[in-house]
Amino acid sequence: MGQDPLFLGHISIGVVIIVLVKVLVAFAALMVAVMLVIWFERKLISDMQNRIGPNRAGPWGLLQTLADGIKLFFKEDLIPDKADRFAFKLAPYLVLVPALVAFTIIPVGGVVHIFGHTVQLQVADPPIGILLLLAMSSISVYGTMLAGWSSGSKYPLLGAVRASAQMVSYEAAMGLSVAAVVLLTGSLSTRAIVTSQAGSFFHIFPQWNILRLGVVPFLIFLVAATAELNRPPFDLTEAEQELVGGYVTEYSSIRFALFFLSEFMNAITMSAVIVTLFLGGPDGPNLGGPSFIWPILWFLIKTGAFLFFYVWVRAALPRLRYDQLMDLGWKLLIPVALAWLLVVAGMQVSRVYGLVLFVIFAAAGAVLYRAITIGRETGSEAEVIMTFRKLPAADPIRPEGD
Amino acid sequence: MEPSMFAAAIAKPDLITFVAAALIVLAGAFGVITSRNPVHSALSLVLTMFGIAILFIEQDAQFLAAVQVIVYAGAIVVLFLFVIMLLGVDRREVFGREFLRGQRPLAAVAGVVGLAEVLLLARTTWATGAHAANAPVGNSYNNVQKIAAEVFSAYLLPFEATAVLLVIAVLAAVYLARRVVTANAEEENSEAVQGKAVDR
Repeated sequence: MGQDPLFLGHISIGVVIIVLVKVLVAFAALMVAVMLVIWFERKLISDMQNRIGPNRAGPWGLLQTLADGIKLFFKEDLIPDKADRFAFKLAPYLVLVPALVAFTIIPVGGVVHIFGHTVQLQVADPPIGILLLLAMSSISVYGTMLAGWSSGSKYPLLGAVRASAQMVSYEAAMGLSVAAVVLLTGSLSTRAIVTSQAGSFFHIFPQWNILRLGVVPFLIFLVAATAELNRPPFDLTEAEQELVGGYVTEYSSIRFALFFLSEFMNAITMSAVIVTLFLGGPDGPNLGGPSFIWPILWFLIKTGAFLFFYVWVRAALPRLRYDQLMDLGWKLLIPVALAWLLVVAGMQVSRVYGLVLFVIFAAAGAVLYRAITIGRETGSEAEVIMTFRKLPAADPIRPEGD
Repeated sequence: MEPSMFAAAIAKPDLITFVAAALIVLAGAFGVITSRNPVHSALSLVLTMFGIAILFIEQDAQFLAAVQVIVYAGAIVVLFLFVIMLLGVDRREVFGREFLRGQRPLAAVAGVVGLAEVLLLARTTWATGAHAANAPVGNSYNNVQKIAAEVFSAYLLPFEATAVLLVIAVLAAVYLARRVVTANAEEENSEAVQGKAVDR
């Protein structure tokens, strides 16, 4: 397990320069990646919808995002009359900065030796590692919330309340599935999580957490991350039919561009985090050539697969209703994630404990499901009775008063 | 600047970090009490939380810093904001009257006592300089394991007591939430009764 030189106490000017270069490279790469991902999404979804998509700016429309960016830069910047000016201006940065910081903990490749320094291909490897992701996603809730509230308008406020409630509820399920990974690795550091996944079962199956933990935490994390990103099918926050544009309705010009940018940055970061936590990060076979190139390629391929998945889901699935969203988060994902975490903990002690816990939780789950079903049935009966009781009072045919 | 001087300045970051973080904490604290708008106060509170998180990192308490941001800034102040937004911030607070008798003099006394305590403690213990005994410098990877070991051995009873306290709070919240439903039902029942009365 390597340690980031910044935390060792021997800080020399060379180390500082390396960190600065890493930050600059990561920033530039992220910006270019966002540009390409927006193009990728638009092109792919138009393929899936039998359209052509952007094809004017540059070859295959590759420069379309750049053109849109320049257009947004030169548009007029509007602030609504009733807006809280301070919070309105602050909100885009509260979304952008966490999106940038969260990417720093992703290991994008192996270790490289330059000028006698050993450099990890990741911006930072803090001891709190993956907790930084949770902290940053909880900070970006502020951006969303303030954007909606400070606009001084109804629809953004409704969108913001929906978005922040959704993000806060799915954070719990996300944290619990991350906890399963941390329990198995014994460390919070993303580098340690990745290195612990190297190797294979029977020389065939990679020893990735998706297999080591059973597929359940991976699925929970995938769903929770999609909800956390407010991406379809969980994009009720910007349900056009109900809420105009959600919390970004009143934003224009560069401030809108910042929201848009950070949304796609978050999508990239989340795909990369899923790859890091469950798919071995840059782990993969070396097929010849310089050895530092393959981990980076594997990482890019895996992350790209998840970005494809997000676009695919957007094209294929209808949006959830708000109560369905909350039911899924609180009544399914959180209990299952919690139970699976305890099963993983049992497995760490011994197979017998783990299996016993699994059987207990399966039985408890069945009982709970039955109880909820019965509760729903009697609940709807009670509702019918209530409406029936109300009827005489609400009957419009009867004359009002005495 | 000479490279050696530069290196010396950043190799001993304690004082610089402390002063910067302390300024952030103080700025946030002043913002909380001087803002007229409750939402701005809540935001200043977040700033204070961040400053404290930096102070924790400076003390090698990385895990506490993360928890500070996730729990306090990420959950508790978000709840504050929810409440403020749902109750409506357009309503101005009334600052003129005291809600508890003798509230202000008591607050002043409590403030002076708190300050005296901090000053007294500052004679022996400093935030900068020596680091916490549980986390040796340069080995902060073991931080989380050490906290876990302490919590589940030496401080097991307080830990479990806190868990029980939280469960009680959740139960109370659920109970209150369900009571509102029955109250509505009773109201509707009485409406139904009134409806009958009108019918007669």
